[in-house]
Amino acid sequence: MLSKRIIPCLDVRGGTTTKGIRFKNNVDIGDPVEMARFYYEAGADELVFYDITASHEKRNIMIDVVRRVAETIFIPFSVGGGIRDIDDMRNVLLAGAEKVSINSAAVKHPEIISKGAEAFGSQCIVLGMDVKYVGESVKIPSGYEIVINGGRKYMGIDALKWAIEAEKLGAGEICLNSIDADGTQDGYELKLTSLISENVGIPLIASGGAGKPEHLYEVLTKGKADAALIASMVHYGTYTISEIKAYLDSCGVKVRKGW
Amino acid sequence: MIAIIDYDAGNLASVERAVSYLGFKCIVTNNIKTIAGSERIIFPGVGAAGAAMDSLKRLGLDSAIKQAVIDGKPILGICLGTQIIMEYSEENETACLKIIDGFVKAFPPDMKSEDGSRLKIPHMGWNGLKNIKKHPVLSGLNEDDEFYFVHGYYPYPTDSEHILGTTDYGIFFASVIGFNNIIATQFHPEKSGRPGLSLLKNFCMWNPC
Repeated sequence: MLSKRIIPCLDVRGGTTTKGIRFKNNVDIGDPVEMARFYYEAGADELVFYDITASHEKRNIMIDVVRRVAETIFIPFSVGGGIRDIDDMRNVLLAGAEKVSINSAAVKHPEIISKGAEAFGSQCIVLGMDVKYVGESVKIPSGYEIVINGGRKYMGIDALKWAIEAEKLGAGEICLNSIDADGTQDGYELKLTSLISENVGIPLIASGGAGKPEHLYEVLTKGKADAALIASMVHYGTYTISEIKAYLDSCGVKVRKGW
Repeated sequence: MIAIIDYDAGNLASVERAVSYLGFKCIVTNNIKTIAGSERIIFPGVGAAGAAMDSLKRLGLDSAIKQAVIDGKPILGICLGTQIIMEYSEENETACLKIIDGFVKAFPPDMKSEDGSRLKIPHMGWNGLKNIKKHPVLSGLNEDDEFYFVHGYYPYPTDSEHILGTTDYGIFFASVIGFNNIIATQFHPEKSGRPGLSLLKNFCMWNPC
């Protein structure tokens, strides 16, 4: 049976990661290519890179990172952050990423999803969603609203409605980030995750709030997620991927072992 | 030289990188002479069956692949490549290469897992193999090894002798098929870490008799 995926997320700015991996013995590596190799060997099922480089002209640095990562690891990885059009997608995919993640651009111009799916196949197109709880209302029936620009701009769009629409447009997967849970390390937003996951037919990656293995167990069972994104809990050496997988395995969650 | 067949179907560079990493010479090509002169062939691909068959015919690669089958050259199909060697695909109602008897079916839409939750389509992520047959390319693999899949359709060979391994996703489907000089996987060995690289390496050294 299909395993639940554990996916470390690396934020990259100007070619280096903003949070390096800090091991228990305080060695820090910040090179995204080395980090990718480290997590590949440590049992990551997939990797996500977010390019948080502000200026457009520095994008080529990221493309170079993607190319070098692709030569180094033999598991799938996706690249997101600042993908604006089909050309941006093509550059990232040609450099060796399996998938591109689109977020703000898709909210502003939903047709980028269908264009991308048509050009490269749905399996390449991950819809990134940043979501905040605002309370149920006529405009936002689920109570969860889409926000963009790193959580600053409220879009007046219901998260559930948007997820369903994106699936119809051809998104192959959803990466769902809860702004409320993000960075807290208090656990994923389970209600939001199960709400979206149960109402779409495509796989869902839960993001935001992971602090300990129990959180992954919750989101992969009660939260109905197909995969879980992790960052600080592994970057700072608090847990290894092996430890997380061993815990999930002991709770009866199917994970990939013996990589 | 290993020819990786280029027919505008997705990320072929990842196959090339994995084969090169293993130390074998390969070329991504749609040149019929290069393919005819190659020692072995990898037929990869992601995308839709209809567009893929159109490209293959337009480039004359359908005949090139069939010739390689007759010549007894080792051939590895991957993902869409594996589906295209069947007779017919439900995807876009496509007549395929008819190298292996059988057809390509869509996963049923309402599959449930053991806990009652809905099984998503595409089948995306890591899954294992069962009923692995003895085969030089599968040597060293076991049922604990997992491989990376991403597909909404699966091959359904008519002759069960052509099934070399199966995978459980709501139903058991043929995830490795083949006979004589052909072997084909529904998963992506080039994206499946150690066991995937091991399978690729086995293929690059395989001499079917």
